[in-house]
Amino acid sequence: MKREPLLNAAILLGLLLVPLWALWADAPFTITLATKVAILALAGVGLNIALGLGGLVSLGHATFFGIGGYAMGILASHAQSFVPLTEVPFLIEGTKSMPVIWLVAVVFSALAALAIGALSLRTSGVYFIMITLAFGQMFYYFAISWPAYGGEDGLSIYVRNGFPGLNTLDPIQFFAICYAILALVLFLAARLAASPFGLALGAARQNDERVQTVGMDSFRLRLVAFTISGAVTGLAGALFADLNRFVSPTMFSWQMSGEFIIFIILGGIGRLYGPVVGAALFIILEHFLGGLSDYWHIYLGAILLAVVLFARGGLIGALAGREVAHD
Amino acid sequence: MKLKSLAAAVCAAALATAAQAEMKVGMITTLSGGGAGLGIDVRDGFLLAIAQSGRDDVEVVIEDDQRKPELAVQAADKLIQSEKVDVMTGIIWSNLALAVAPAAAAQGKFYLSPNAGPSQLAGRGCHENYFNVSWQNDAFNEAAAVWANENGIENVFLMAPNYPAGQDMIAGFKRFFEGTVAAEVYTKLGQTDYAAEIAQMRASDADTIYFFLPGGMGISFMKQFAGSGVEKTVMGPAFSFDQGILGAIGEAALGVKNTAHWSKDLDVPGNAEFVASFTETFGRLPSLYAAQGFDTALLLLSAMEKADVKDADAFRAALREADFQSVRGDFAFGPNHHPVQDIYMREVVKEGDVVTNRVIGVAATDHTDAYAGDCKM
Amino acid sequence: MSTVLLIEQLLNGVQFGLMLFLMAAGLTLIFGVMGIINLAHGSLYMVGAFAAAGVAAATGSFTLALIASLAAAAAAGALVELTVIRRLYARDHLDQVLATFALILIFSEGTRWVFGSFPLFLDVPAALAGPVTLPGGIQYPLYRLFIIVAGLVVAAGLFLLISRTRIGIRIRAGEADREMIAALGVDISRLYTLVFALGAALAGLAGALVGAIQSVQVGMGEPVLILAFVVIVIGGIGSIRGAFVGALLVGLTDTLGRFLLPVIFRAFMDPSAATSAGSALASMLIYILMAAVLVARPTGLFGKA
Repeated sequence: MKREPLLNAAILLGLLLVPLWALWADAPFTITLATKVAILALAGVGLNIALGLGGLVSLGHATFFGIGGYAMGILASHAQSFVPLTEVPFLIEGTKSMPVIWLVAVVFSALAALAIGALSLRTSGVYFIMITLAFGQMFYYFAISWPAYGGEDGLSIYVRNGFPGLNTLDPIQFFAICYAILALVLFLAARLAASPFGLALGAARQNDERVQTVGMDSFRLRLVAFTISGAVTGLAGALFADLNRFVSPTMFSWQMSGEFIIFIILGGIGRLYGPVVGAALFIILEHFLGGLSDYWHIYLGAILLAVVLFARGGLIGALAGREVAHD
Repeated sequence: MKLKSLAAAVCAAALATAAQAEMKVGMITTLSGGGAGLGIDVRDGFLLAIAQSGRDDVEVVIEDDQRKPELAVQAADKLIQSEKVDVMTGIIWSNLALAVAPAAAAQGKFYLSPNAGPSQLAGRGCHENYFNVSWQNDAFNEAAAVWANENGIENVFLMAPNYPAGQDMIAGFKRFFEGTVAAEVYTKLGQTDYAAEIAQMRASDADTIYFFLPGGMGISFMKQFAGSGVEKTVMGPAFSFDQGILGAIGEAALGVKNTAHWSKDLDVPGNAEFVASFTETFGRLPSLYAAQGFDTALLLLSAMEKADVKDADAFRAALREADFQSVRGDFAFGPNHHPVQDIYMREVVKEGDVVTNRVIGVAATDHTDAYAGDCKM
Repeated sequence: MSTVLLIEQLLNGVQFGLMLFLMAAGLTLIFGVMGIINLAHGSLYMVGAFAAAGVAAATGSFTLALIASLAAAAAAGALVELTVIRRLYARDHLDQVLATFALILIFSEGTRWVFGSFPLFLDVPAALAGPVTLPGGIQYPLYRLFIIVAGLVVAAGLFLLISRTRIGIRIRAGEADREMIAALGVDISRLYTLVFALGAALAGLAGALVGAIQSVQVGMGEPVLILAFVVIVIGGIGSIRGAFVGALLVGLTDTLGRFLLPVIFRAFMDPSAATSAGSALASMLIYILMAAVLVARPTGLFGKA
């Protein structure tokens, strides 16, 4: 048996045990932090479908994260004020129901990813990195200056949205929702990677010409992967907005896209659970280094640098050895 | 380094009281990244007042928000859920305050705003536990408009970044201004080059430029404006002409009129002492933000003298009395818990080698905000 | 709207473009020669501006300040190349993005630690202060004309360096075939350190020149970095000529968009909505331009496939 599956199980179990311990020890903020890890990990897993599997380095995934966040913010704020979104051509009301919000977030971020992907995938390499960044910046400046939903102020939702049968305001119950979604998406992502589609995508990343010669359209493969990837990150955005009961244009910022990439690299590129480990490590660093010094970004930078230069497989690579599960 | 260790000593004095704290204050402010100067000033002013009070039963827990609203929300969760603070304060930016303060107030915490007063929280969104110790966002602009009316300014060119605070500031000025508005220009947030806007100013028939560009944007604009040879009066709210910024603009800012509720040369009891002790402790002149942090702590201490924070109604009543000697002079709360205070017109002058502000008159007396009528507490 | 104003705005667009070129030249040089995406370019720009501000405050000389900005940024660049970048040549772009992102964090907070959290003072020298009157009666700041000249000089210098000098030949040879020129006995790692230091020095010079009319503060490099990337991506990464054309395109688009869009929108909207919608679109305009160029030409205007 390889070490990585065992490690993955341990990671998933660890992410479950920490908040359970916090519940017992009455440390609700630790549960909130664990929820944040689960949600950011979900965003990272989404990006990893494009990046790890498809080799598409997107520095614009904050676009989809933000669209998911605003799907939540816009629907919930309309439900809160009892003003319908539109009455023409037919009545659309706001909602405070999480499943509906998730559906809207996934659909709209997938559509955005489809459109952005269709344009961006004409380029490759550095140009792809930069064109995705450009789309992210467009959304960012649009969100700041568009007054209808708060502009730079963002939108506050004072009560978290509801999920049938659960009290989402209770930190541990909201954690359970996020954790369940993360686990489900991890399972599906593993299936995706092992499917004929996933294998073809991986092949296209390693040798595009070979895939083309056997008659597959690598552009279409990548576009599908990019769309799925955007949809998952959009779902994470809706959850993140619900965690904070707040959404703002910073969710669209290029630093946010950069953080998703950091999660993946910290955990280990090409590792399914890499973003989970990476997000956890990042949150832990942010939380504890921040308490040490006003200048904690220096230490964060040094640690990131050390990982890139000396621990190429990321944390999972260091623990599980060289073998990579996907290929 | 000596100054830093002095500052650290002040912080330590305020922090090393965890044992028997009667009052636990949670401070969320910006301590790292580009906007850190403002947060550091608020923190230092606040801790200075606590240290000078000699009380050892105030514990201050400080969280850095990096100017990111999401992090501010999480810091608030931490302070409320884990630290179980009684009072919260510290936020610099309107958008962060909007994300944190209403939720904190609704959860029964007192929030004392040492900076930023978005209109929503003064009007329909007001709350009995939310106290603004600084200003409502429109206040400096309204006062500037009053002053402009009285001083023969007839035709203005308005400029601000294209985001809610920018639009509010301009709206505040227009609410009271009686003359003509030659043009209204909204720039990109974070813009650094203003040649195109300055060309429009040159071409317009306005006699005065009124602008709100906080932080680095204001520095860039003033330097470029000074080099352009456009000769028009320049006015604005104090945010682009505060002590931390004037050093970077230098003589290009001389003669600019700006409105504020405080100035270091303001002749009111306690102000000279505050300026001297702040300068001595931290090795720099206090800014507007430092004065606001100082006043916020004074307000808190005055309420602690009268009531126990565990008795929320009594403590709220004690806060509402605002029974402290503000370094800006007379200070009272209006019905929406926002300040009623004088707003001064300041002019940028050179004192020796230091570019700084001098009060040249009162722009508005006992100024209150326009939103109190919408507030139903 | 008068013709004079329109001409002045065109001049502003060209001037802004050359300012962007100063920032982008080093970035595109480093990418062209070494294939490195250097996100920390903005930090080197900041180092140059801070060094200039520090020296100007101590000596009062703008010339010394410019020299200091070149020296400090080149030294920082050489240091970064020797310790970090050197290990990244064989890596993919992803590792380069992350490592140089980490460098931004270190540089920004390190600078704040040394210089404090408040913006520094750096002013235009007295000899270049104030406006001059151009033919046609346009008043124009002398310092901005100086930036136009500096941008053109740097552009010409780089063209000459690449096409006429021995180092330029080696640089071009290194771009084409790294192993071959190493085999020919050229010390490739020293060449790379030199090129990186040169690129950094250009960033530092831009920081000092532009810093004199902007705010010298921590984080000043990040918006510039994004703009510089927009410029070199439009022009085609690695191409000096592309960066030059890209910079002018971006400068003109941004300046004229800011100025004209609200006016155009006012033709069919009410004024306050037009101002706000026009400004919003103007702030997105250069990114729209960049996406449009890449969709039409996936490797930029002058890029090699």
